[in-house]
Amino acid sequence: MKKLINDPADVVAEALRGMAIAHPELRVDHTHRIVYRADSPVQGKVGLISGGGSGHEPLHGGFVGPGMLDAACAGEIFTSPVPDQMLEATRNVDGGAGVVHIVKNYTGDVMNFEMAAELAAAEDISVESVIIDDDVAVQDSTYTAGRRGVGATVLVEKLAGAAADQGRGLGEVADVARRVNAAARSMGVALTSCTVPAVGHPTFDLPDTEIEVGIGIHGEPGRERMPVRPAREVAELMLDPILTDLDFAGPDGAIVFVNGMGATPLIELYVMYAEVAAILEKSGIQIARSLVGPYITSLDMAGCSVTLLRADDDLLRLWDHPVNTPALRKGC
Amino acid sequence: MTRASIDVDQVERWIREFARVVADNAQFLTDLDAAIGDADHGINLDRGMSAVVAALDEAPQPDLAALTKKVGMTLVSSVGGASGPLYGAFFLRLAASLGPADAVAAADFAKALRAGVDGVVQRGRAEADDKTMFDALAPALDALDAGLASGSDLASALDRARVAAEAGRDATEGLVARKGRASYLGQRSVGHIDPGATSAAMLIAAAATTFGADG
Repeated sequence: MKKLINDPADVVAEALRGMAIAHPELRVDHTHRIVYRADSPVQGKVGLISGGGSGHEPLHGGFVGPGMLDAACAGEIFTSPVPDQMLEATRNVDGGAGVVHIVKNYTGDVMNFEMAAELAAAEDISVESVIIDDDVAVQDSTYTAGRRGVGATVLVEKLAGAAADQGRGLGEVADVARRVNAAARSMGVALTSCTVPAVGHPTFDLPDTEIEVGIGIHGEPGRERMPVRPAREVAELMLDPILTDLDFAGPDGAIVFVNGMGATPLIELYVMYAEVAAILEKSGIQIARSLVGPYITSLDMAGCSVTLLRADDDLLRLWDHPVNTPALRKGC
Repeated sequence: MTRASIDVDQVERWIREFARVVADNAQFLTDLDAAIGDADHGINLDRGMSAVVAALDEAPQPDLAALTKKVGMTLVSSVGGASGPLYGAFFLRLAASLGPADAVAAADFAKALRAGVDGVVQRGRAEADDKTMFDALAPALDALDAGLASGSDLASALDRARVAAEAGRDATEGLVARKGRASYLGQRSVGHIDPGATSAAMLIAAAATTFGADG
């Protein structure tokens, strides 16, 4: 294992320390491992918190700031944070208008956020939980933990964050988040495994000649393996299950998000984006807005994911709303 | 002969024995998890049980409920993932069932273990053959109850429970995972033993070791 780290056990704490120094507009609680907007709680605004295992940077801490999250709770690498963290964050971002929890659909995340929401309710804080489950790679949700929360999480945090920033109420902000999740679908491909620092070797073996299709963001193996192929064909096999799952040919088009898994350079993501755009054009789907870059990663995994969100007027206005966070900044 | 009742000191030794076994097998549990999950079960549970041991070293707990509640709260606050809430629920329910007593009879201890497993089921919504820790715990409790009902002492009943837990653990190898991250693999989860069932079998084995040695 070659990584720019000190003791593998200190990676999360040390990264948070660096983040705090680099971003004085954030306030980091190192004891609870929570990244806050320095000006939180914002009185009268619905608070938005998310959180999850670390290793997906910039998600979630990189999305804390005006127009997006009020706080992010960092767990150990690939391990959900604990209820104490979400409860503490919920208390500290509540500006009197209630708090939305944005939760990726993983067994651990759901259980720990559920416990935190129960504890917050006992303290009379209004909490709305929204579960993100956009990954079409998981097909049969009757016999599984259900679809995973992947790329749509970034879009939900952006769009619900904008809705909260506009002054919408708790129920409305949660509705935006649920609407985005319901209209978004994602699919990912890995070229390599990732290596968890505390483990020290790749989570799975993937030969040089093969790719893993339908991966999640924790190095969990995907749906199937196949030989390496050109970007054009990889784009097809990612978009096929997405376009089969939901109709994106609406009048307002789609917000299209090509995401890097951590070790794939931007030049390859743009090659992929061109291929994705070509397929969408052939399918009669108009691209309303785009996002390309590593926003929800899986440590040092090489690969990418594609997320499509069926747009509407309201979502496009929310997309164009100013946002100012370490990892996503526009209109300000 | 095992003593007729289980006291605070014994339960604490059981918990410390579980912590020791988890620490010794942290890499093994993580390797099992790497095959079908996300390669952190041993690391997380070891972090949690180390925190439990540190908490117990710091302040002795006055009664059975206080002791097991401390264990549950510490696990919930330090483990994360799914195993934090699940093992946490187990010990918190155990605490509620044991109550603030210095000691309980073997039958009441078995009843408390069952309450603990009910807590796991409620939090995780697992059913038999979902390839989870429940697949080791459920047969263990049935064996324990059967042993006690047939007049065995606690040590031999717990030993039957250990054998049943280990058989349940081994049987998860042939199952398709329907809960947790392993479920995303579908058929590809077959052929691997479930890491949660493995650590759960260690919990039962630690009880058999501790209470057996007290006989």
